[in-house]
Amino acid sequence: MSDTYLELVNSGVTASLAKKLGLPRPARLRRTDPSSVDRPLTPGPVLVLSDARATTEADTLAQGLLDWDLDVRRDSRLSDHERWGAVVVVLTGLEHPRDLAAPALELGSVLRGLAPGGRVVTLSRTSPAVVADPSGTDGSGDGAAPAVAAARHGVDGFLRSVAKELRAGATANGLVLADGVAVDAPSVRGGLRFLLSARSAFVDGQLLQVGTDGGTEPADWARPLAGTVAVVTGAARGIGAAVARVLARDGAHVIGVDVPAAGDSLSAVMNEVAGVALQLDITAEDAAERILAVARSRYGHLDVVVHNAGILRDKLLANMTPDRFEDLLAVNITAPLRMNETFARPGVLGGGAGAPRIISLASTSGIAGNRGQTNYGAAKAGIIGMTRALAGPVGRAGGTVNAVAPGFIETDMTARIPPLPRQIARWGSSLQQGGRPVDVAEAIAFLASPQAGGINGQTLRVCGQMLVGQ
Amino acid sequence: MTSTPSTQAPRAAIIGSNRIPFAKAGSAYAGASNQDMLTAALEGLVARFGLAGERLDEVAAGAVLKHSRDFNLARETVLGSSLDPRTPAYDVQRACGTGLEAIIGVANKIALGQASVGVGGGVDSTSDAPIVVSDRLRKALLRASRAKTLPDRLKAFASLRPRDLAPVAPDVAEPRTGLSMGEHQALTTARWGITREDQDALALASHQNLAAAYERGFFEDLLTPYRRLTRDESLRADTSPEKLAKLKPVFGKNGTTGGPAASMTAGNSTPLSDGASTVLLSSDEWAAERGLPVLAHVVDAQVAATDFVGGQEGLLMAGAYAIPALLERNGMTLEDFDLVEIHEAFASTVLATLAALEDEDFCRTRLGLDGAFGKVDRSRLNVTGSSLAAGHPFAATGGRIVGTLAKLLREQGESEVRPGQRARGLISVCAAGGQAVTMILEAA
Repeated sequence: MSDTYLELVNSGVTASLAKKLGLPRPARLRRTDPSSVDRPLTPGPVLVLSDARATTEADTLAQGLLDWDLDVRRDSRLSDHERWGAVVVVLTGLEHPRDLAAPALELGSVLRGLAPGGRVVTLSRTSPAVVADPSGTDGSGDGAAPAVAAARHGVDGFLRSVAKELRAGATANGLVLADGVAVDAPSVRGGLRFLLSARSAFVDGQLLQVGTDGGTEPADWARPLAGTVAVVTGAARGIGAAVARVLARDGAHVIGVDVPAAGDSLSAVMNEVAGVALQLDITAEDAAERILAVARSRYGHLDVVVHNAGILRDKLLANMTPDRFEDLLAVNITAPLRMNETFARPGVLGGGAGAPRIISLASTSGIAGNRGQTNYGAAKAGIIGMTRALAGPVGRAGGTVNAVAPGFIETDMTARIPPLPRQIARWGSSLQQGGRPVDVAEAIAFLASPQAGGINGQTLRVCGQMLVGQ
Repeated sequence: MTSTPSTQAPRAAIIGSNRIPFAKAGSAYAGASNQDMLTAALEGLVARFGLAGERLDEVAAGAVLKHSRDFNLARETVLGSSLDPRTPAYDVQRACGTGLEAIIGVANKIALGQASVGVGGGVDSTSDAPIVVSDRLRKALLRASRAKTLPDRLKAFASLRPRDLAPVAPDVAEPRTGLSMGEHQALTTARWGITREDQDALALASHQNLAAAYERGFFEDLLTPYRRLTRDESLRADTSPEKLAKLKPVFGKNGTTGGPAASMTAGNSTPLSDGASTVLLSSDEWAAERGLPVLAHVVDAQVAATDFVGGQEGLLMAGAYAIPALLERNGMTLEDFDLVEIHEAFASTVLATLAALEDEDFCRTRLGLDGAFGKVDRSRLNVTGSSLAAGHPFAATGGRIVGTLAKLLREQGESEVRPGQRARGLISVCAAGGQAVTMILEAA
């Protein structure tokens, strides 16, 4: 489970040897300390830059950062001993690609001063080509000026390239705001805070869309899920167990579901988070009803559903057997689809402290494809399709439906990959290492939070900017 | 004896249960201690009902085969669990009735208002059974431990002879008769003329019923896997009358029993096994506050014992005395029950108990009744299998049966035999020392 290579290149003699040989040197990522969540929020002062037309919005945003007790600067000069904790670049005023040059070069001038684990976050506007409403009915693709579209979509390639330049565990991500969404909307602030903090350690090179100004800021940013009730399938181990722990840390009551055969591990995880263990096969016809019954009986409501349970049945398609293909689809996509027939109905989720949230596990295999994973790729891409389709109806009822797509994550499952391919998989990302289950869990906890109410129908990659797909 | 408990009397509610699968002796749990297994069963219960960090009013549990290191077993188990360490606990022992007795203790405290919530349970390991050393070796060891110098310590062992070093093997023989439980039951089997065919048929039904219950997912919320075991290890879903008929008798072979030929085999006797079970009980108010549905209520309980030493009655026949006493006090007959759970120490124990209750002469002379007490409808007996198939870790059996029956009663809800009323179930567990523990449950 541990990355021995990462330890070697970060300590003592082996570290200097690796440097001389020019080997990849992955950094130890900045992660959240469960005993003091979000403290410190960034590893240094935060610089706010903007394009020429976005200065007012940059001021508003800077004022918001000050509310979090951050050391916010508008001047890119830095004293010798200091390093930037984060640079936020407000690009909401771009009307032509040339408008990007000034703020881009200004960002470039400070990158060498970025602290280890530092952050670059851009805020820009939705490109007309990237339709905010997944149903495509809002007509935003019509009549936009090509120069504006070019400028806005240009941020996409700019940001992803910046991310690939960064070192020492620093990441670059962007928030893409639909027209009309203010820079101080709850989900913009929530998203920004997530990307600035250690919670987003393994999210890199990603652009997350904020479609509406929905959602609310939590009373306590360190416990945004206080009072909400969440169910996590596949909670006995790996990513599911980490999700249970992070949701509980953020204040949620957790109901953990796993197959009866994994009941002992499930018990251990649930007792650790003071949750409730429900031994249940999610492929059962009445799985959703039984989950709902437990949640309502114990807590009166259910707010968050995390479809995490999944299996692997890897085989080249040429050698694929029907049972391997069908079993995988049954667990990984058919079961979440069937359960959502219940959970996505208006009035089923929510009613307590939290708004309705459905978050499903996709995978980079579902985006870029992966040799030997035709069944898995189909199911995980299916999750992305399901997420888009449900976003409209659930969104109209005040909720959100999103997905998280992990890349290479260090789990019992990936520990079974032979050492060399495993190391190559780690190096195949900008952060040059695998993520941890907690990294995926943090992204899920963010999407489950009240401050993410304006983010809907999205698939957020947690992959360290894996070099395949987007 | 004839006073009827008021129907208004508060009754303890059974919220649910958890056990680990029962393992064959010397198998999956061979490396686990009583405390390990009881902790696993309790942790599963805590997780099922989200009780981590909660302070319960009482935990009662016990084991039959107990190491001296199992001192304060229940309390030590609580301290090793996720419950609030301020949860008090005590140990109980009534041989195979230990688990049921522990549950009665907790239920009574709840009914009396002395507790709001508690856990009753039990555990036994025949694999990790305590080894007793000879008296001479034990005395030498104690002397050596008190000695202050090495020569004194060595002197303490000087008087030992090689034969003193042989351990005294644990057995299940009755101290007062020297007969094993199986040999005792062989006497009863012969006395009541219980046939091999009837015993094998009961054993077969136990396996088939238990297998079917697993098949329909009945144990999903009753059982938590442990040490890679997900099902009771003794269960043979594929057994058949032919396979059972092939087994050689193991008890009653010495011919002293007279009557029919020896008929008790490994197939119709409970296997030695390891396991643990726990049951969560509370007041209705406690359950309602936490949104926990109640499965059933404890109506009443009764124990009895026989004079088996004097040969007046069989070692495992006390159920035939406890059941009529319990039912009479509650103004009930065997026809009032939708479900009956009689622990199968041996298939012939159940058959002899049923035969006695149906026997006019027995009921008149031994129970002082006017005639036969009644007949148990066999289709209502041990409907999801019992000890023959599941195994019988002595003190864990009571919790297994209470957990199973409470869920069955909840599923049924309304009684079939008494339309418009709640379904009722009867439990009887025989125990060493000529004892039996019985209990009535009613669907919530």
